[in-house]
Amino acid sequence: MKTHTSILPADHVLEMYQVLTSDGDVREDLEGRIDESLMLKMYENMVLVRAFDRKSLILQRQGRLGTYAPFEGQEASQVGSAMALSPGDWLFPTYRDHAAAITHGQPLMRVFLYWMGHMEGTVCPEGKKIMPYCVPIATQMLHAVGTAWASKLKGEKNVSIAYFGDGASSEGDFHEALNFAGVYKAPVIFFCQNNGFAISTPFARQSASRTIAQRAAAYDIKGVRVDGNDIFAVWLTVKEAIERGLAGEGPTLIEAVTFRYGAHTTADDPTKYRDQETLSQEWRTKRDPILRLRMFLEKRDLWDEKREIQLQKEVSEKIDAAFQEAMNYPKSQPDDMFRHVYADTPWQIREQQQEFHRVCKKDGIKA
Amino acid sequence: MSRQLTIIQAIKEALDQKMAEDQRVMLLGEDIGVNGGVFRATEGLLEKYGSARVVDTPLAESGIVGSAIGLALNGMIPVVEIQFLAFIYPGFEQIVSHAARMRFRTRGQFHVPLVIRTPYGAGIRGPELHSESVESFFVHTPGLKVVVPSNPYDAKGMLISAIEDPDPVIFLEPTRTYRAFKEEVPEEMYRVPLGKARVIQEGNDLSIFAWGAMLRVAMNAAKQIEQEKGWSCEVIDLRSLYPLDRDTIIQSVQKTGRACVVHEAHKTMGVGAEIISLINDEALMYLKAPVKRITGFDVPVPQFTIEDSYLPTEQRIKEGIVETILF
Ligand SMILES: Cc1ncc(C[n+]2csc(CCOP(=O)(O)OP(=O)(O)O)c2C)c(N)n1
Repeated sequence: MKTHTSILPADHVLEMYQVLTSDGDVREDLEGRIDESLMLKMYENMVLVRAFDRKSLILQRQGRLGTYAPFEGQEASQVGSAMALSPGDWLFPTYRDHAAAITHGQPLMRVFLYWMGHMEGTVCPEGKKIMPYCVPIATQMLHAVGTAWASKLKGEKNVSIAYFGDGASSEGDFHEALNFAGVYKAPVIFFCQNNGFAISTPFARQSASRTIAQRAAAYDIKGVRVDGNDIFAVWLTVKEAIERGLAGEGPTLIEAVTFRYGAHTTADDPTKYRDQETLSQEWRTKRDPILRLRMFLEKRDLWDEKREIQLQKEVSEKIDAAFQEAMNYPKSQPDDMFRHVYADTPWQIREQQQEFHRVCKKDGIKA
Repeated sequence: MSRQLTIIQAIKEALDQKMAEDQRVMLLGEDIGVNGGVFRATEGLLEKYGSARVVDTPLAESGIVGSAIGLALNGMIPVVEIQFLAFIYPGFEQIVSHAARMRFRTRGQFHVPLVIRTPYGAGIRGPELHSESVESFFVHTPGLKVVVPSNPYDAKGMLISAIEDPDPVIFLEPTRTYRAFKEEVPEEMYRVPLGKARVIQEGNDLSIFAWGAMLRVAMNAAKQIEQEKGWSCEVIDLRSLYPLDRDTIIQSVQKTGRACVVHEAHKTMGVGAEIISLINDEALMYLKAPVKRITGFDVPVPQFTIEDSYLPTEQRIKEGIVETILF
């Protein structure tokens, strides 16, 4: 078996764009491109979502959340890309992209509701275009093509972004989405987080192409390979993709090369198929997206231990408050399942609901 | 004013009038633009509305349905044509996992006003997989509406209703009847409400429930039975399989006390089973005989040389009627 999948695959196929090095230095002059307040916001957002992710894992182990899909390690990809968006842009996340959703405006409380199995966990704030976490792989990519296409038809200056993993690039919908978007020059961004694994399947077993970004060439659209643990590179790349889309130049396929430290989900045991300790440790010490930005900020005297302690405290209070709010949120009632199936509830559903109530009442169960 | 139109012409007129009236309506499909659709249901619309609204898509059904879902989410009203019903399978996931569920998943925040039109059914001497009748797949999926016109008047009125409906509608067009006959169709816009069956012929001895291309076969069988035996059958075109017009079904069975369901879809788990179950629930005490199903068989629709043997025929329907009445 070829081993082109290792952590940072051979770069001779498509070079990987990097701005912020692992040591916290920058390779490019950022003057006028990313201002300091934005850099600090990037850091704060990444710290927030990491703390959220860790808290969720603990809550899941305590039985207070259902199965959960962690993303620790992928913060720069998710936060950096979502921070490049405008408030009216459409965001299509997978089950793992709560950091992107949160960054684009999904309240932490809602994300908790979702993982608590609450019917209202998929609702986004009024006026926002954050779609429910997509479970069937790659299917949401086409929806993003459609919303972007409609934006273009309506003359609205909005883009759509679809998140997906390396495994998703094998599905038919991935290809259909790239093809459609190319034909209609839809302002859509396909944002792949290549974390090296689709559950247990390493990328070498997923695909013979060495990179995902190179697939863009087949559809004659723009493809970019970027260090997914480098939030500057991610942000700049997505910004550029947005500009390209809005200028009528069509879609962009972005492959963000990254790694997820933990399991696929809380129901999964990665030690069965990968050298969990070694791989995670290597990425944590050498490539962590948050550590890297912190080193950069400290070198520039924008950050210090005191501010860190303060931020950690604020973040943890914010998360606890959101969880409390989710706990106090009115629980979903069985009745909720009979709602929102159609605009007008047909007689079948109405009567099944009545029957359910009748039986519950007889059995003394609260419906 | 009305003119005589075929089903195809009536469908084209509905699309044309809705596109003229509402800028949000757009058509997507394979070969629907320049070619006007393999059955010409969209002929002339490209010239009239341009390639931004009449879209010849790449050959990819998941792509068509999936991107139409996005278009619908963002304010357009896509009307998709799938060339033949059996070619909907690559797009099936998008229909059942997304189009049908978006309203439910977002608690009413987003919905998908999408129409998927597709020719279906046997009797056209088509190659393999051009003759399927698998409406149950969609009827079984909460969130979808499934409707089947059987004549030009309904085709136009129901398609206009489907386009105006806020939910995704699977609009099944019986291929065999596309050009089989003409009927008076008013020129103006009118609507035939979804969810309402139509009594085609009143009768006292037995109720026949059918839809699509089977309607005319059932009507012929009923006429012959009347001549041969003097029994009068009430023939009902269900038109809408979900939602289902329960009242019309039950009232008819209460009057006649006997029923046959005729459909060309496979027997097991076909819509006929559901109708019988409904009659058991609501009109058992009125029944003088078990309700009979005359259907296609639980086999793939065979090659065209023996296609007619698969389909319910007038003879099979007549025998079903006789058996039920003499029970
Ligand atoms: C259509 C479909 N097939 C299979 C699955 C089961 N499944 C869930 S996640 C997953 C792996 C996805 O890997 P990838 O796309 O790389 O994303 P990641 O989870 O690594 O972020 C699989 C096979 C699914 N959700 N949908």
